[in-house]
Amino acid sequence: MMNYIWVGLMVFAFIAAAFQGNMQQLSNSVIQGGVDAVQLCITLMGSICLWGGLMRIAQQSGLTTVISRLLSPLLKIAFPGMDLSSHEAGAISMNITANLLGLGNAATPLGLEAMKHLQAHNPDTMTATNEMITFVVLNSAALHLIPSTVALLRQQFGAENPLDIMPASWLSSAAALTVGITLTKIFKRRVER
Amino acid sequence: MDRFTVYILPSIVVFIVLWGTFKGVKVFDCFIEGARDGMKTVVGLLPSLLALVLAVSMMRDSGALNSLVMALSPVAKALGIPREVMPLTVISPISGSGSLTVFENILKTYGVDSIAGRVASVIMGSTETTFYAITVYFGSVGIKRTRYTVPCALAADLTSYICSAWAVKMFFNVNI
Repeated sequence: MMNYIWVGLMVFAFIAAAFQGNMQQLSNSVIQGGVDAVQLCITLMGSICLWGGLMRIAQQSGLTTVISRLLSPLLKIAFPGMDLSSHEAGAISMNITANLLGLGNAATPLGLEAMKHLQAHNPDTMTATNEMITFVVLNSAALHLIPSTVALLRQQFGAENPLDIMPASWLSSAAALTVGITLTKIFKRRVER
Repeated sequence: MDRFTVYILPSIVVFIVLWGTFKGVKVFDCFIEGARDGMKTVVGLLPSLLALVLAVSMMRDSGALNSLVMALSPVAKALGIPREVMPLTVISPISGSGSLTVFENILKTYGVDSIAGRVASVIMGSTETTFYAITVYFGSVGIKRTRYTVPCALAADLTSYICSAWAVKMFFNVNI
């Protein structure tokens, strides 16, 4: 799937550039793309190492197990049959917590930690497991209790009450989450049949 | 609002470290061990991130993204999403920094408490950069076959767009 989307995006970009006379910009963009990716990686490196370290402390001190127990109602729906005291359940719980608190910079490194543990007992290391797919879908429709970035921008632009969009935002992410998780369950059942 | 939210991050960091100390964990050594593993993750991430950033910046700089927004405008109208917010829904699954720019533009042009400004805020608060998440999460562990991830994630995004418009109508009692 990602193969076709990737090729599609690039071919579409080329055709659009040819028709709109933007080939020079496209040429610069190809050169700049590589630089941007490395810069992004360096930015990420800081937060990934930071949260990887904190995560290790949380694991060894049993904090992650406490958090997975708190989130167990949600985990049981999304990941039926997962051992709540396992490393992957701990990392997934930490990732969900970071998302709920609106800490986007922490959510990604913690999510990568979870992927690592999920991959550790994947029989086919090239193919995504059902749990991985559910987890990634969960992250693409992230449930933020406190949308801090949005609130900050709204405040800067002079909103009367920067947080008044919160109930609407909860409703909309809950709906997205429900649709996403339900679909993964339908697909999973179809594959197993 | 500000005063409260700035406390979140530092509190969590201090809490984790203190909890570890009380439980008898050698927090400093432990932290370094975990951080070292993080380095490996980042190195593994670069190739897939490069592939994504390349495609996204090509889409943006070639003008293809603008064409896509224009082509999809009628669809937005049919779904009840305000036309002004349409560019955001196109860019939000593929580029985080891109959607932030578009979001700021909407706030600036139409006003932060306008319908478009509110719907855009709700969308920003309830979605993530889908393709970025897919690329980074699967790329970091070397997964090639993502199976049914893309359709499920995009369906969730679409739900959030439609619901955002609908929820703003409901909570703020307006007609779009």
